[in-house]
Amino acid sequence: MKAEITQKIGFFLLIAALAITILFLGSILYFITVNGVKVLSWQFLTDIPRKAMTAGGVAPAIVGTLYLTLGSILFSLPLGLITAIYLVEYSPKNIIVNILRMSINNLAGVPSVVFGLFGLAVFVKFFGFGVSILAGSLTLSILILPNIISASYEALVAVPRSLREASYALGATQWQTIKNIVVPTALPGILTGVILGIGRAAGETAPILFTAATFYTNRYPVSPMSECMALPYHIYALMTEGTHPDQQKMIAFGCALILLLLVLCISALAIYLREKQRRKYV
Amino acid sequence: MSDEIRIKVEGVNFFYGLKHALIDVNMNIYKNMVTAMIGPSGCGKSTFIRLINRMNDLVAHTTLKGKVLLDGKNIFDPDVDVVELRRKVGMVFQKPNPFPKSIFENMCYGLQINGITDQKILYEKTETALRKAALWDEVKDRLSDSALRLSGGQQQRLCIARCLVVEPEVILFDEPCASLDPISTRKIEDLIVELKKDYTILVVTHNMQQAARISSKAAFFLLGELIEFGNTEDIFTNPRDKRTEDYVSGRFG
Amino acid sequence: MIRTRENIYKWIFTVLAFSSLIFLLGIIVVLFVESIPVFRSTGLFKFLFSRNWYPTNEANPEFGILSMLVGSFVVTIGAMLVAIPLGIGSALYIHELAGDKQKMYLKNIVEVLGAVPSIVFGFFGMVIISPFIQQLLKIPTGQCAFTGAVVLGIMAIPTVCSIAEDALSVVPKAFREASFALGANRWQTLWGVVIPAAGSGISTALMLGISRVVGETMTVLMVTGGAAAIPNSIFSPVRPMTSTIAAEMGEAVVGGQHYHALFAIGFVLFVITLVLNLVAEIISRRYRLKLGLDL
Repeated sequence: MKAEITQKIGFFLLIAALAITILFLGSILYFITVNGVKVLSWQFLTDIPRKAMTAGGVAPAIVGTLYLTLGSILFSLPLGLITAIYLVEYSPKNIIVNILRMSINNLAGVPSVVFGLFGLAVFVKFFGFGVSILAGSLTLSILILPNIISASYEALVAVPRSLREASYALGATQWQTIKNIVVPTALPGILTGVILGIGRAAGETAPILFTAATFYTNRYPVSPMSECMALPYHIYALMTEGTHPDQQKMIAFGCALILLLLVLCISALAIYLREKQRRKYV
Repeated sequence: MSDEIRIKVEGVNFFYGLKHALIDVNMNIYKNMVTAMIGPSGCGKSTFIRLINRMNDLVAHTTLKGKVLLDGKNIFDPDVDVVELRRKVGMVFQKPNPFPKSIFENMCYGLQINGITDQKILYEKTETALRKAALWDEVKDRLSDSALRLSGGQQQRLCIARCLVVEPEVILFDEPCASLDPISTRKIEDLIVELKKDYTILVVTHNMQQAARISSKAAFFLLGELIEFGNTEDIFTNPRDKRTEDYVSGRFG
Repeated sequence: MIRTRENIYKWIFTVLAFSSLIFLLGIIVVLFVESIPVFRSTGLFKFLFSRNWYPTNEANPEFGILSMLVGSFVVTIGAMLVAIPLGIGSALYIHELAGDKQKMYLKNIVEVLGAVPSIVFGFFGMVIISPFIQQLLKIPTGQCAFTGAVVLGIMAIPTVCSIAEDALSVVPKAFREASFALGANRWQTLWGVVIPAAGSGISTALMLGISRVVGETMTVLMVTGGAAAIPNSIFSPVRPMTSTIAAEMGEAVVGGQHYHALFAIGFVLFVITLVLNLVAEIISRRYRLKLGLDL
């Protein structure tokens, strides 16, 4: 009897924990949506900022975020995939490779502001790219590189050995097997990792703080060496700089909503792909 | 039936790490014959068959001593191209392992990696091989379907056809019916008997009836040793070794 | 011919793979090299344990990060007090009480929420939670350690929850069945068998949650107020390490002592998170070994 009561209390606490969690996280989505919708309009999405950030749109920030994100994928996808293929297919299976794998996993947990410092020291200063889209994209690509390597690694390792053997038994070389069998089979998993990486790159602020972002410009970036506005940084700037806090706050709500929708859609897409793939194998 | 020796195995010892998996194996494989490898699981029969197309190269920490001569040439000589060898020695695995691609793409793979891209040739060779594997009538209308949608037995016949399409001379079957139902098993067995006209065939099986039905020569392995090798009929009806007799009469294994 | 081509591919892959690895490991080198000047002039001990942070004092700049360490520590502990019960409670709910379909939805929702950018949390904390807490508790400013802890805690829930749920889901069914067979009810089974079996997996979740909170930048920058002093209560403003870097790098003269001091903070931060992640990885390896799973 006592056991029954304990169980009831215990389960009640678990339900409460989930309810509070959903309440908290749900209220964030709610407040941002309700306030963000008020400023969201076609003009908001396509116009440049006007009247000292109190009117107009945020198009340069959207464009900037797109450039930074695409740029970071451009660098990190090939490099990450190649590194994962090396680790799975070519590397000798020894302790050094294990250490390398472990360090990659650990780098995925390094704070993003530390990547910002690295980008500042290496891309902005050492290579002399200055504060630019190029430096920001490279910094973001190093940030998501560990995620892309890990995701690709997992996907490649999960390709059944029997498929590789079938390919080798038909007289395929190692490269032919990798190119025609292993990578295509692992592709959905790799893609999921890449999409999650895109979502992360799009939402990060700290790494671009010193490497790419600028608060205010009414022009679109013209070359990879331009600095640019970016949605996440724009939210921060609107809240901490400028002279019209109240109007700026509403614009920040709009930016937060766009960013939220962007990132949520991206991760929903990744999860959808993964579930579809899972169903295919089961 | 000829008595021409295709493969000569001389003093082969094989190790996984420290485990002595094959102990001093000597054997001749004859042309256009089905040779069956029998024995309890873990006896080394699969390890043995995987030597013939050097599939064990893919396993780390293995060592080999001795020679396997294919038409008089040691396949472990450093100047042997392993890719070339595997084109000559095809293999069908325990579990059907079609690529997650269409039936047609599965069939073309072996040809495409050899540089054949002409659609007409690809199609013709696919048809020939699928007919040989007795699968053509079942799949001819849906060559672009995913191979994963075929039944287990069909998948295995597709794997056989995929192996035939590159025109090997020797085919290794590693327990090809282990995961199939009796009807599919029967079809594969008939197919193997049919194929021996054109190919030299090695079959690993733990099913003694199967070995008796399809093979002319049989080799009995136990704990890595080749205990007895001879005509299948002799092995089953008149074994020389006590251990073979115990095994084939079902006393252990 | 084929062999040469194969070797060329192998060679290209090896070179590119190692160059990406060098880039990643280069982070450590860069951080360290850029930190050296400050460690040399201030001394590691004084850097870590002095509470005087006067980076822009021209005559006599001082670089002691104790108050930031304390700030990070206070905020992190507070955040975990929020995230642990809610994150693990939710994970237990998802594992034990949710039906198959509900489970799938909840897991995906948690994962999607984990992808919400930290700037969104920071913004939300700044415009909604911080004023709310200020009014509720009648304190001079809502931008304080307490608010930071609450917002970071909420933010860490998805991380803690999904890793804990993974840990719970690999506990072999046989354990549960054995417990039921002995007449235990579901709660007793959960509490007495499943949670202990998943214990180290759950601690991995905690470690990674802590690591995420310690390294979080934008949120703390926006909600903790930013006073570089040791807080005398949890309702005082604090300035954790991450927000110091983000807030001051813009003003620091490149190559100056201040610039190097900010890199040194980054280095300290890196070491802290590295240790947390390593511990998490070691625990999780042991855990999987214990349950007889693949690494």
